Amino acid sequence: MPAEQQLAEVSDLFVVAAVLLYLFSMIGFALELAFGHSRADAVAAKRPVAVGGGSSDASSDVMEPASVVKAVEPPGWAPKAGWAGMVLGWVGWVANLGAIVTRGLAVDRWPWGNMYEFVVAICCAAVGAFLATQLRQNVRYLGAFVMVTATLGLGFSVKVLYTAAGPVVPALNSYWVAIHVTAAILSSGLFILAGVTGILYLIRGGGVSRLPARADLERVAHRAIVFAFPVWTFAVIAGALWADKAWGRYWGWDPKEIWAFITWVAYAAYLHARVTAGWRGRAATVVQLIAFGCLLFNLVGVNIFFSGLHSYADVSG
Amino acid sequence: MTVDELEKEQAPKPAGMGVVGWLRWSWRTLTAMKTALILLFLFALASVPGSLVPQRSVDPDQVARLFQNDPALAEWYDRFQLFDVFTSSWFAAIYLLLFTSLIGCVLPRTATYVRELRRRPPAAPRNLSRLPHHAALDEPLTVDEAARRLRKLRFRVEVGDGWVAAEKGYLRETGNLLFHASLLGLLVAVGIGSLYGYRGNVLVVEGDGFANTVAAYDRFIPGSQVSAESLEPFSFTLKDFQASYQVQGERRGQALDYAALLSVQDSPAAATRDYTLKVNEPLEIDGTQTYLIGNGYAPVFRVTDGKGQVAFEGPVPCLVEQKTTMMSGCVVKAPDAQPSQLGFLLRFLPMSNGSVSLFPGALNPQVQLLGAFSGDLGLRSGEPRSVYELAPPELMRKLTPLIMGTGQAPLSPGQAVTLPQGAGKLEFTGVKEWMTLQVAYDPGRMAALVAAATAVVSIVLSLLVRRRRVWVRVKDGTAEAGGLTRTEGSAAGFAEEFADIVKVLSAGGKDAR
Ligand code: HEM
Repeated sequence: MPAEQQLAEVSDLFVVAAVLLYLFSMIGFALELAFGHSRADAVAAKRPVAVGGGSSDASSDVMEPASVVKAVEPPGWAPKAGWAGMVLGWVGWVANLGAIVTRGLAVDRWPWGNMYEFVVAICCAAVGAFLATQLRQNVRYLGAFVMVTATLGLGFSVKVLYTAAGPVVPALNSYWVAIHVTAAILSSGLFILAGVTGILYLIRGGGVSRLPARADLERVAHRAIVFAFPVWTFAVIAGALWADKAWGRYWGWDPKEIWAFITWVAYAAYLHARVTAGWRGRAATVVQLIAFGCLLFNLVGVNIFFSGLHSYADVSG
Repeated sequence: MTVDELEKEQAPKPAGMGVVGWLRWSWRTLTAMKTALILLFLFALASVPGSLVPQRSVDPDQVARLFQNDPALAEWYDRFQLFDVFTSSWFAAIYLLLFTSLIGCVLPRTATYVRELRRRPPAAPRNLSRLPHHAALDEPLTVDEAARRLRKLRFRVEVGDGWVAAEKGYLRETGNLLFHASLLGLLVAVGIGSLYGYRGNVLVVEGDGFANTVAAYDRFIPGSQVSAESLEPFSFTLKDFQASYQVQGERRGQALDYAALLSVQDSPAAATRDYTLKVNEPLEIDGTQTYLIGNGYAPVFRVTDGKGQVAFEGPVPCLVEQKTTMMSGCVVKAPDAQPSQLGFLLRFLPMSNGSVSLFPGALNPQVQLLGAFSGDLGLRSGEPRSVYELAPPELMRKLTPLIMGTGQAPLSPGQAVTLPQGAGKLEFTGVKEWMTLQVAYDPGRMAALVAAATAVVSIVLSLLVRRRRVWVRVKDGTAEAGGLTRTEGSAAGFAEEFADIVKVLSAGGKDAR
């Protein structure tokens, strides 16, 4: 027992470390966003070299915003703050991952058996989605907003949802946890990235801003949802397969199932909205955020307001 | 948005076009993307009340409670089928419209797609530098060589005079069509399941048996095409029920494992076999699944009446009142007691400290007598009565209380209370456990699984494959390439791929992938 106890304590420390690192990372990103203007250049250097020059209707081709590089020289430390944010973000993510792994070792099962563990994992997935996107294209401007979300999420899970390490009830003792919940976590992480980007889109407004052009924000959000939607579809179906094993029916309109379904339909509506004329940009973003609201309600609201069969939702522990 | 849909969007309103015109217009409107979008929203919105209002199929007790507490509201809910949202006519109307729209969408698209599959990639545009992606190739290249290299990249290739056209990513549309078709398949599978399948719940106490007949169920929900004879004729006996709990630490008392040891007979003629039924591990007999979904205690009582006869003897399943300690409420009824019927309200404490239960395991089981009554329990009227309720409120008031309150010392197994006025005696003789089962037969299960799996695979294709075209023009010993993706939002990714294609085209045979 003591070894497991120690591991559980290490996990708790890791979570605290992750909260702090995310917080500092957010400050770094925020400083760069507030004082740096040279970002557009950095993007231009990073973006894949366009083959050939002729791009007339290539509005969707260019990665960086059409923002004008300001004449005023930004303070030299601004990009450094951004890089510090990036590094702290990575370290924080590793701490977050460490918290999950040590928790898993401490309890000797998949470490997403209750709301606390679930939210910690989702924060990890959301930050991971951001970091992975950043590897392919420059989305550093999202950093501050992703990090504040992750900080709040982790803080909320520690303050409100915390559950001591321990075994799960028999219903959760199944390999389907690994399949169903993992898929739900990964897709939720991507949806959070899309949601944060969507909110930025609405805040940004149409004019000149330090944030990238709306079209770029929309593209990042769309990309994240395009990846997340199949994973979410899979998560819902894996849930149905598990329900078929555990409860005697694969679909029974339990509140959790209803809201997973609503979320799924709402994201499908977003994808359709984009192929329908006149439903791009703002309208599509609003649909996306409605879907995101459904997702969040399913993660948090349903567990608090409804009683259902999903027994991991023991908030009080 | 394809041209097809654009046309649909702008379908002119019928102006005196007669019935056929109206029908055409209705069909076009129904199958337009905007309508589909609205129907999708309605579909999501219509499910919301299903999570706010208790559903008959999920929690019938709560529906009954609402009828008791607020009959006027419940009446209104019922009028709008809000207790049965997912089988209601308005919900069906929405999804039937949606799926009709889906068919109207998918059929013409499939036809277009089949035609497109047979068509060769279109000829190269005159000026490749007008395309979003364009590059001059480093070394001269023959048309045939360019075609060969593009074929190696698994493009479909068409060769013309001085140009090569190549296209790939047809799987995107395949995925899209298959995805929508599999949604239809899912609907059909669910429909089959609800017509030809059934579900039933039953409570079984240790030592008792269950045979799969309609009469044996406490609650039976058949599909409309299910006949009583079609039930799989298996049976089993619950030999032993074992629950284990966490003993130490903060999570003391949490359930760790449930196991029901069954002795199963697959059919009346078959030999018996042992089976351990667990949560997440149902018993399957020829497509009929039996699931362990709940458990509790059934203390055993013997009631002796005023004339010295045994009026009741046996286990009484108690309703769990507190999950963490398995403190349970029990009702014992002895309608055969003489000179008057006897009824008892009791509380079962699996690990008693004399007043409350400290742990869910039956380490020190005791029973508290909360009330003993004599009088008419109303069991002879023929109406169904809950076994967890002594009598309906109006009869409760007429009963004569013999013992009331918790002043009594709790009983341990083997102990008894003697009732005042020589009315009889209640003995607590032992403890058994009960389990609740759900038995389900759903012939649409496998079809639903296949449809769902197809949906996942095809949505991945539909969303992640990109449709793209590449052309090469060779003129006067120089070659240039142009590219175009027909998938919105993936232009950035295509820029990289196009660069790779250009590399392969330029590199000669050696590096070509
Ligand atoms: C049950 C409801 C439905 C769901 C869950 C659903 C889901 C989806 C999804 C996830 C996509 C991929 C979007 C993309 O390619 O970005 C899609 C595409 C599409 N859906 Fe649906 N759909 C449904 C009903 C319909 C209906 C009723 C129609 C026709 C009126 C329709 C027409 C289309 C079309 C035309 C596309 C292709 C868009 C493109 O050109 O890429 N869908 N659908």
